[in-house]
Amino acid sequence: MADPRPPAVALEGIAKKFGPVVALRDVSLTVAEGEFACFLGPSGCGKTTLLRIVAGLERQNAGVVRLAGRDVSRLPPGERSYGIVFQSYALFPNLTVARNVAYGLEARRAARARVAARVDELLDLVHLRAHRDRYPAQLSGGEQQRVALARALAPSPTLLLLDEPLSARDARVRVALRHEIKTLQRRLGLTTIMVTHDQEEALTMADRIVVMHDGAVEQIGTPQEIYDAPSSLFVARFVGHMNFLPATSLGPGESRVADLRLRHRPVAPDAGGAVTLAIRPEDVVLGPAAREAANRGPARVAALQFLGGYTRVTLELAGVPGRPIDCDVAAGALPEAGVKEGGEVVAALPPDRLRAYPGAPPAR
Amino acid sequence: MSRRGRSGASAAIPDAVVGLRTDAEQWLRWALLALYAGFLYAFVLAPMVQVAWRSLLDGEGGFVALANYLRYFRTPAIAASITNSLVVSSAAMVVTVVLAFVYAYALTRVRLPGRGAFRLLAMLPIFAPSLVQGIAFVYVFGNNGVFTRLTGVNIGVYGAKGIVMAEVFYCFPHAMLILVAALSAADARLYDAAATLGASRLRTFRTVTLPSVRYGVMSACFVVFTLVITDFGIPKVIGGKYSVMATEIYNQVIGQQNFTMGATVSVVLLVPALLAFLVDRLVQRRQYALVTSAARPLVPGGGGAARWALLVYCTAVAAAVVGIYAVIVTSSLVARWPYDFSPTLRHYTFDTIGGYTPLLNSVEVAALTAVAGTLITFGGAYLVERCRSPFNGALYMLSILPVSIPGMVLGLAYIFTFNAPDSPLNRLYGTLAILVVSNVVHYFTVPFLTATTALKQMDPEFESVGASMGVRFYRTVWRVTVPIALPAIVGIGMYFFLNAMVTLSAVVFLVAPGTELAAVAVLLLDDAGETAQATAMSVLIILIGLGVRTAHAVALRGVTRRTQAWRTGPSGPPARG
Ligand SMILES: Nc1ncnc2c1ncn2[C@@H]1O[C@H](COP(=O)(O)OP(=O)(O)O)[C@@H](O)[C@H]1O
Ligand SMILES: [Mg+2]
Repeated sequence: MADPRPPAVALEGIAKKFGPVVALRDVSLTVAEGEFACFLGPSGCGKTTLLRIVAGLERQNAGVVRLAGRDVSRLPPGERSYGIVFQSYALFPNLTVARNVAYGLEARRAARARVAARVDELLDLVHLRAHRDRYPAQLSGGEQQRVALARALAPSPTLLLLDEPLSARDARVRVALRHEIKTLQRRLGLTTIMVTHDQEEALTMADRIVVMHDGAVEQIGTPQEIYDAPSSLFVARFVGHMNFLPATSLGPGESRVADLRLRHRPVAPDAGGAVTLAIRPEDVVLGPAAREAANRGPARVAALQFLGGYTRVTLELAGVPGRPIDCDVAAGALPEAGVKEGGEVVAALPPDRLRAYPGAPPAR
Repeated sequence: MSRRGRSGASAAIPDAVVGLRTDAEQWLRWALLALYAGFLYAFVLAPMVQVAWRSLLDGEGGFVALANYLRYFRTPAIAASITNSLVVSSAAMVVTVVLAFVYAYALTRVRLPGRGAFRLLAMLPIFAPSLVQGIAFVYVFGNNGVFTRLTGVNIGVYGAKGIVMAEVFYCFPHAMLILVAALSAADARLYDAAATLGASRLRTFRTVTLPSVRYGVMSACFVVFTLVITDFGIPKVIGGKYSVMATEIYNQVIGQQNFTMGATVSVVLLVPALLAFLVDRLVQRRQYALVTSAARPLVPGGGGAARWALLVYCTAVAAAVVGIYAVIVTSSLVARWPYDFSPTLRHYTFDTIGGYTPLLNSVEVAALTAVAGTLITFGGAYLVERCRSPFNGALYMLSILPVSIPGMVLGLAYIFTFNAPDSPLNRLYGTLAILVVSNVVHYFTVPFLTATTALKQMDPEFESVGASMGVRFYRTVWRVTVPIALPAIVGIGMYFFLNAMVTLSAVVFLVAPGTELAAVAVLLLDDAGETAQATAMSVLIILIGLGVRTAHAVALRGVTRRTQAWRTGPSGPPARG
């Protein structure tokens, strides 16, 4: 942890208003050198605005932006040394692929031969050398994105900013591009910030995720931390699939759901207050393994959904009508668990996997 | 993580943003914005304030409040010009829009043979000064007109009747273009629905066609009304004693040297033009929602009997236009219309006005107007659209205001502003430059909006990409923005050139010895009784307009092929991405 070098990006108390609309409030975070960070949050939560403030394309009302320890809050965009890929890619339609990539180099009055060499180098990097003389309209969406990437990387920036680079693509292409971007980032060791509203994208690509909600940072952590220990009801609902149960607190580590008394990881609301219990589908235990476990209870199997490698079982806990919970069972374990549609089964919610949050559960 | 007093936090956020260090590029942006604001102030706002102010003064410069207006409204001879203006403008508006609607309907909704030719012929009046149609009607229906002499029937063309007839011809292409656009934007799905429901043709027309083009029709009405009420050439040559506001301004200023009363009539003339402008803006704002992206374009149908009726109608209209222009061309080529039809070129020597100087001046002014106008409107639209400043809203309003300023009023305003000895710009007076400026301002709004639209269609991140890599904004403008907008830019230049060739009202007060213009020469020649020379001059104006327009079309095709190659779609199968 004792890294003497300053973080590649440090934001301190960033706030932004558009007229009366508050887009960001008191956002502070750091991104270490070489790290792949994701700003994750629903549409309209301020991700793009935050990215543009880092880029100097938007001006904050308060707060400091530091890049590699240097306060760049008042520097124009061109002096901050980053490359950016916009959601629309913003490729220049009237310039060929090669001239698009060369755009940031030509302005620096680099020698023509050097520019050409660098352009070829980048086109090789994104496997588009053969297309150097085409126009953007003649490329597929994935190729356009790689051109945008090459153009952003050409001036050798120390930071790469990506605004929803994959959102406009169809699912299959998206997965391939994810991999490609991630590989490229690893290979170059380039500090990268990517904005996305797609939690799966963030979980698979990021080293660290910044979950944002309503203009503020909700949680910062590795994908594992965010998934395993969501710090708020919002994060729990937004990242991954989660079951919620309305409950009444009986103490810091115990709550009541209908007639069930359940132990869970501690929260500290007042006893008697409303809490929400949350558990992931893969953490629910069914069948023989549940019979001796804590937090168990009878349940009815309401539905089965075959999803390939596993089956999603929808359960109605006895005494908790209208709040079905999902439970993922590995394909091989299904017969052993004795699960049949309409049948009865014992289900357990392991206390160390059951989290509690103050307040009522989100509407379903 | 707690929510940390979310509602309270917004109060603590300062209103001001953290300013970036002002670099040379930012200074340049601000300097250009200031320059543009200065242009609008000096050539739009200040002159209009001058006119309004002068209408409150007496001849010696003493403040008389509304005395001039009272005198205007109480002098029957002058006050009549208000009613007269409204009468001919309304009449011409109704007739033009009805005629143009049927014509546009035939061109867009029925598979008519020769649609392209019909469209071209109807466009002819755009290439001529307005007063030429007035002269032509005098030639045909005047006391010594061919029609009058052949039939012995004098329809009494001097006055309201003649003004309306000539204005209809002059305004026809303007209305037709708007209505063709409106009728082309139809959604075929609505027609399919109507047919499925068994609606009759008439009922479909009433319930589908009319509602979907009502904004286009309104727009056409406003445009024609404004064109007519601000037109000066036609009432001047065919109005006789029938005085309208535009000619009244001319009479007060040129005839009686009564600048004060000229200013008073000008301010009154501004009212209907401004009203039409405001209502049109409101209507346009609601129009965009009409055609959704799911709309399917309508394919012109067969039309049956209606098709033949429309074909006859279009032929008649086109023949009338061709006939009028045939009269103009013929009269310029014969010894003495309509008495002596022996061919001659002597009217083309322009001996009474000293030869071809006015025509050459006109071409020079039109070319300069095209260059300066394109530069200023496109640059202004770029600055207003892309360079943030607290004044952009005001600059936008000032940029679209000129469309509501009648040419005569602008010209008079420029006399007040630039003919004053203490004005820093009074060296402009009496030069070609002031004619260029007044043309640029007079025709400012349409190109400005065209440029704004072209810019709005462009990805706003082009500039951001440049900025992020430290590329100067003007470089990105030059390498990306301008090339993409090139078709719009060339169209803007064309618009300025053609209008500057034919305009009369904006320049008639501003020409001086040495800066005579062709359109003004037409007026003066006609005034002096040299009508054949007037039509000869008009023919040359039309030919230059047509020539430049054709050259433009040919050049554009070549330029498009070379510089707009990127507009083509994928060439060959795209590699997998
Ligand atoms: N230029 C702008 N003017 C006014 N409001 C804006 C502007 N840009 C963003 N906003 C507002 O700020 C909030 C955050 O927007 P944005 O950063 O684009 O969200 P995200 O990228 O997370 O979807 C939204 O409420 C949006 O409407
Ligand atoms: Mg966004």
